[in-house]
Amino acid sequence: MTTATGYAPNRTLPLRVEIVRQFKRRRTLGMFALLLALPWVLVIAFQIGPQPSGQGQAALRVSDLATQSGLNFATFALSVSASFLLVVAVALFCGDTVASEANWSSLRYLLAAPVPRDRLLRQKLIVALGYSATAVICLPVMALVAGTLAFGWKDIQVPGTGEVLPALDMLPRFGIVIAYALVSQLVVAALAFLISTMTDSPLGAVGGAVGLWIVSTILQAVEALGVVREFLPTFWNNAWTDALAPELDWSGMIKGASVSITYAAILVAVAFRRFRHKDVTS
Amino acid sequence: MKRVAALVVALALIGVTTWLVWPSAPEVRGQDQQITVVDGPADDQRVELDTTFFPPPDGGKAPAVLLAHGFGGSKQSMRDQAVRLAQQGYAVLTWSARGFGRSTGQIALNSPDYEVKDVKQLIDWLAKRPEVQLDASGDPRVGIAGGSYGGAIALMTAAHDQRVDAIVPQITWSDLADALFPNAATTATTGSTGTTTGTTGATSATGATGQPTGSAADPSSGGQEADAATGGATGTAPSTAGQAAVASGVFKRMWAGIFFGQGVSLDTMSLLGRREAAGPLTAEQARCGRFLPAICDIYQQVAKDGRATPEAIALLRESSPVTVANRIKAPTLLIQGQRDSLFPLSHADANARAIASAGTTVSLAWFDGGHDGGNGEADWLFDQSAAWFARYLKGEGSAEAAPPVSAFTVTRDGGRDPGTRQRVRLHPEAGSYPGLAGTDVTSVELSGPEQNIVNPPGGAPASISTVPGIGGLLGGQGNGGVAIDMPGQSATFESRPLTAPLQLTGSPTVKVKVSGKGEATLFAKLYDVADDAQLPTLPAGLVAPIRVTIPEGAGSAEATVTLPAVDHRFAVGHRLRLVVTTTDMGFATPAEPATYQVSLASPTLAVPTVSTLAAAPTGVAWWVWAMPLAAVVIAAALLATGRTAPRSRLRTIPATAGTGVSSAEKTGADLTTSVNGSTVTADAHADTGAEPEARAETSAGTEPGAVAGAAAGAGADEGAASDDRTDGITARNGHAGRAAAAEEQVTTAEGRVTTAEGRVTTAEGRATTAEDRVAVVAGRVGGGSPSGESDSGGGRREGDGSEVPLEISGLTKAYRNGELAVDGLSFRVERGQVLGLLGPNGAGKTTTMRMMMGLIHPDAGEIRIFGERVTPGAPVLSRLGSFVEGPGFLPHLSGRDNIELYWAATGRPRADAHFDEALEIANLGKALERAVRTYSQGMRQRLAIAQAMLGLPDLLVLDEPTNGLDPPQIREMREVLKRYARDGRTVIVSSHMLAEVEQACSHVVVMQRGRLISTGPVSLLLGSATVANGHGPRLEDVFLDLIGDKT
Repeated sequence: MTTATGYAPNRTLPLRVEIVRQFKRRRTLGMFALLLALPWVLVIAFQIGPQPSGQGQAALRVSDLATQSGLNFATFALSVSASFLLVVAVALFCGDTVASEANWSSLRYLLAAPVPRDRLLRQKLIVALGYSATAVICLPVMALVAGTLAFGWKDIQVPGTGEVLPALDMLPRFGIVIAYALVSQLVVAALAFLISTMTDSPLGAVGGAVGLWIVSTILQAVEALGVVREFLPTFWNNAWTDALAPELDWSGMIKGASVSITYAAILVAVAFRRFRHKDVTS
Repeated sequence: MKRVAALVVALALIGVTTWLVWPSAPEVRGQDQQITVVDGPADDQRVELDTTFFPPPDGGKAPAVLLAHGFGGSKQSMRDQAVRLAQQGYAVLTWSARGFGRSTGQIALNSPDYEVKDVKQLIDWLAKRPEVQLDASGDPRVGIAGGSYGGAIALMTAAHDQRVDAIVPQITWSDLADALFPNAATTATTGSTGTTTGTTGATSATGATGQPTGSAADPSSGGQEADAATGGATGTAPSTAGQAAVASGVFKRMWAGIFFGQGVSLDTMSLLGRREAAGPLTAEQARCGRFLPAICDIYQQVAKDGRATPEAIALLRESSPVTVANRIKAPTLLIQGQRDSLFPLSHADANARAIASAGTTVSLAWFDGGHDGGNGEADWLFDQSAAWFARYLKGEGSAEAAPPVSAFTVTRDGGRDPGTRQRVRLHPEAGSYPGLAGTDVTSVELSGPEQNIVNPPGGAPASISTVPGIGGLLGGQGNGGVAIDMPGQSATFESRPLTAPLQLTGSPTVKVKVSGKGEATLFAKLYDVADDAQLPTLPAGLVAPIRVTIPEGAGSAEATVTLPAVDHRFAVGHRLRLVVTTTDMGFATPAEPATYQVSLASPTLAVPTVSTLAAAPTGVAWWVWAMPLAAVVIAAALLATGRTAPRSRLRTIPATAGTGVSSAEKTGADLTTSVNGSTVTADAHADTGAEPEARAETSAGTEPGAVAGAAAGAGADEGAASDDRTDGITARNGHAGRAAAAEEQVTTAEGRVTTAEGRVTTAEGRATTAEDRVAVVAGRVGGGSPSGESDSGGGRREGDGSEVPLEISGLTKAYRNGELAVDGLSFRVERGQVLGLLGPNGAGKTTTMRMMMGLIHPDAGEIRIFGERVTPGAPVLSRLGSFVEGPGFLPHLSGRDNIELYWAATGRPRADAHFDEALEIANLGKALERAVRTYSQGMRQRLAIAQAMLGLPDLLVLDEPTNGLDPPQIREMREVLKRYARDGRTVIVSSHMLAEVEQACSHVVVMQRGRLISTGPVSLLLGSATVANGHGPRLEDVFLDLIGDKT
C-alpha cells in the first residue's frame, strides 16, 4: 500500500472546493460588488447630470448615446470598463490565485496533501478563469438590466453612424461583444497567472500583470512601430465595437482572438513548466 | 536573472545585426541637365528644358520612365517618385515643362506643336543614353507617367510618338473644353422623341433647331471636323458631339481661374501655402504669366463672358487627348480621382473608350482623391503604376512577378481598421471596364411636385457644392464637404427609403422638365439622405451643370441629365434626393434674375451599378490561424520537455576538502579512486542502479535473524551487527566501489572535524562508549540504520520496503549561491519511532523536511517514504502528515472550514479524516468557528498540527511543534506524539527544545551545516555523554558536544 486509503490524484482539489476557498475572500466579494454596483452608479450619474438636449454629429459618441436605451447603456458601460476595470478584475482573480496561497503558506500543505502540481495549477486556473469570466459577464449584464430599467428597452442607436438597429437583432451581437471581451482578456489572465506562480506576493502578481498591460498600451500609441503593434496584446482590445456596427465585421476580432490565444497558450505553458520544477520555499 | 540578461543581450544583438544587414534600397543619384529642344509650328523655337536624369542604380541597361509634373509644378515635385521608381530598376527622367520651373519657353497647354515636340526630343535624348534599354535604334523602351497636366502630356505624346511603350496618366482631362465648359444635359424640345442617354453628356439632340448658341457653334464645328479628320475617323464622333455641348456649356469659372492663374499651382498645398518668390512682374507678365499670348488672350475673353468661343474651343481641343487618343498604341493605365470636380471620372471614361477603340490595352482605376484634395493613396497609386511599367516595360519575365492590374479598379471605403481605427480602403476589381452606364441599371422612383426656383440677380448667394481645390480639406474624407443649397433656389425630388443597399458606380441619369423662358442654367446633384438628424451627403461633392434652352413658345423643355459619375453606397433606409439649383459657386451663372419651374419628366432615376466589381479576396491574414497553432505547439513542447530532471547546482560548488570530492563522485566516474569525502552519492548510485534485485536476494538469506522493532540494542551488539552487515553487503554484492567508499566513510567520519577527533580522544579509555560511538558511526555508514536491527538490511527488500517509513540516502541540496544546505544526508526511521531532528539554526532541518514533502527537489540523493521515492506530488505523500515552518491557513475562513476544505482538497473520503480526534488535539473550542485571522499564534499552531494529523497519517512530520504553546499544552503535545507513535505510526519532530526532544523522542538525528553528525536512540546518545561531563545525562550537553560548541 503506497498511498493512503481513498487517495487518488485525480480527485484532489475538486473545483467545488477551490471555488469555495476563493469565494469567501473579501477581495473576491469586493470585486464583484464593485462590478455589480458600477452600472447603477453610472445610471445615477446620468440621471443627475444635465440631459443631452441637442441632436447632431456630436451626439453620436458612445457616451452621448448611453441614455438612449438599455443596450446602448450596456455598450457604454462595457466600453468604459473594458480597458481597465475588467483588466484589473481578471488580473486579480488570476494573479492572486497561486500567489496568495504561497503568501498564506497554505500552498505547501496543498502540495504535500498531495495535490499534484499540474493538477493544482489546472484546477486553480479553471476556477480563476471562471471567476474572471463571471466578472466580465456580470458587468455588462448588470448594465443591461440597470440600463433597461432606467432608460427602457428600445432599439439601439449605433455609435458613430447613429443608425438605429432593432434591439432583438442586437442582442446576439451583444453576446459576441461579451465573448470577445472574454477572449481578449485571456492574455491578462495568462500573464497574471504566470506571475502568480513565480511570486509569493499576490498584489505583485496583479500589479505586474496590470503593469505590463499598461506598458503594452503605451507601446501601442507609438505609431512608429507600425505593423508590429498589431501583435501587441492590447492592440485589438476595442475590436468588439465592430460587432455593434450595422454590418458585423469579424476581421478585427479574429485577429485579436488570434493574438490573445497565442499569448495565453504560451504564457500558461510557461507557468506550468516553471511551477513543475519550482522549489516551493514559501 | 543571468539567463534573463543573456536573453536580452541576445535579442539586442539580433536586432542590431538585422538592422545593419537588412538590405537598404540602392542609392539613386540624379544628374541635372539642361536639354535643348526645338519646337513650334515651324520647328524654329529653341527651348532649354531643365531636367534631372536618374540612371538605374544597379547599372546596366534599363527601361526608361519619363515623369511629368502637374500644372504649376516643376521637375522637383516629381523627385521623390523618380527616386523610388529608379530604385526599382528604371532610368527615370524628370523635366520641367516649358514655361515651368527653370525651363524657358511659354506654356502652350500640351500642344502638339510645343510640349509634345519637346517630349519627343527627350525620348530622342534617352535613346542615346547608355543606361537606357533600346527596342530599336533610336527607339528606347520608355514609359510616361504623370498627373493632371503631366497626365495629358503622357497621352498626347503616346498619341504622337509610337516609340512610347506604356503610359500611366493620372487625374487628367480628355477634353479640356468639356472640362471648363461642361454641360450634363441632353435637351430635347417638348414632344421630341430624339432623346438618347449617352453617357458622355453629349448627343446630337442640340441639332439644327436653331438655338441661340447654335450659330456660334457652327463655324468652330466645321473647323473641328477638319481637324478631327486628320486624327482618324473615330475621333469625329466625340468631337462633333462634344462641340455642341461645349458651346452651350457652363463656365467652370473658379477652376478655370485657378488653372490659368499666374504662378498658381493646382497642388492644394501650394495653393494654400507659400508661393515661390518671384521678382516684380512686367505688365505683360502680370497679364499673362508664362502663357503663350494667344492662349492668354483667348482665356481672358472667355473668362469675361463666361461663354465658350469657337476659337477657345478650337484651342482647347488642340490640347485635348480625346481628339488623338485613338492613335495611342501604348498600354494605358488611366488613374482618375473620385473627388475631382475639375477632371471628373467622365474624362477618364472618354479617354478609355477612345484608346480602346484602337484596340489598345486600357485599364482604369478610380482612386480616392483627385483635384479636390486628399490623396491618402499615394503608395497604392505608385504600386499600381510600378506594376503597370513592370508588366509593359520590363517585359514578360518580370511581368509574372508583378501584381496584375485589373481592367477596372475602384477604391471604396472599407470602414475603419479595428485596430488602428484608421480608415481602410478596399480595392474591388473587375475584369473589364463597363463604362459609366454600369453593367446593370437600378431604377429608383423619385417623387416631388413641380417647384418654382429663382435665379437670384447677380447669381448670389450661390449654392456650394465644392470649393475647388480645397473642398477635400474642408470636408475631410468620405464626402464632398459642405454642400449648401440656398432656399428658394432649389427643387427637391426624393425617393422612398431604400429597402436594399444600392451601390452606385457610374453616372445616374434622370429626365427633368424645365419651364420658363430662354436659357436656363441649372445644377443637378444627387444627395444621400440618411435621416432628418444628419446633413445629407453629396457624394464626392460633385454637381452636374446643365444648360437647357427652352424653345420660344414651347414654354418648357425636357432634358436628360447625366449626373456626375461617382462610386457611392446608399445604405438601407437612406433616400436618394435629386436637387436642382440655379446657382453654384464654382460656375459662372447668369446675372439676370429668372424664375423656372422644375419637375420630373420621368420619375425614374436610372442608377448604374457594376455587378462584376468584387473586392479582391483579402482573406484572413496567414498569421491569424498560424500563430495560435504555433503557440499551441510551442506550449505543448514546453510542457512535454518540462518533465526532465531539474538542473543541478552542484557543479558550482567550490572544491573544498569535503565537498569537492563529493561532487566528483556525483558524476559517478570516480567511485573507487576517491579517497576522501562522503560515500553518499555512491550509495545513491548503487541504489538506483541495477542492484535492488541482488540486494533482495541476499537479504532474504539473512532475514531469519532479523530483529524487528525500535528498541535500542546493546552498544556492542549493534556495532558488531553493523560491521557484519557492512562486510556482508560488500561481499555479497561484490561491489568494490561500495566497500571502498564505506571504509573511507569510516575514516573520514572520524577524521573529518578536528573537534570530533578531539572528542574521540577524550572518550578513549572508556572502551564501551568509544565502541558505541564507532558503532553509531558505523551504523550510519552501513546504510543509515542506527537502531540495531542487525539485519534490517532485509528492510530493503521489495516486499518489506514499504515498511520503512522514511529512508534518506545521500540527500544533497544546494542553495542558489552554491552553498550546501543539506550535504550527503542519510538516515533511516523505523516504525513506531518518535525521531527528534536536532540541529542549530541553518543545519538543514527544515530543508530536509521540505524535501520529504516534495516541495523542494534534491540535487542528489533521494528520500523514500514507505519505499516510495518522494517526488513532487508523489501519491505516497498521502500517508504523510506534515507541519513545517508554521501554519498555513486561509485567513478569511474559520478554523473548521479550513480543516474541512483541506481535507476536501485531498479528495479522500470524509470518513477517513477523523476530524474529531484531530480537532480534539487542536482544542480550540468555540474559536473553531471564528475566522483564522483572529487566532493567536498558539491557536494556529494547534490547528495546524491537527491538520497534519487529519486522516491519521502513518508518518507525521512536525517542525517545531511546540513553538507558541504554553507548558501544559507542551506536555499534552508530548503525550499526543508518544501515543501517536505507539500505534505503529512514526513521528518526526524537529525542535530546539532539547529537553522536549529528550522526553518525547525515542531516537535522535543530529545535523549541522547540512551534515549528519550523529544518529541513534536517545538513550544511547545520553549514555555516551554522561561520563564525559560528569553531570546528569542531558541531551543538551550531548548536542553541544556533537556540534562542537562545547561550553
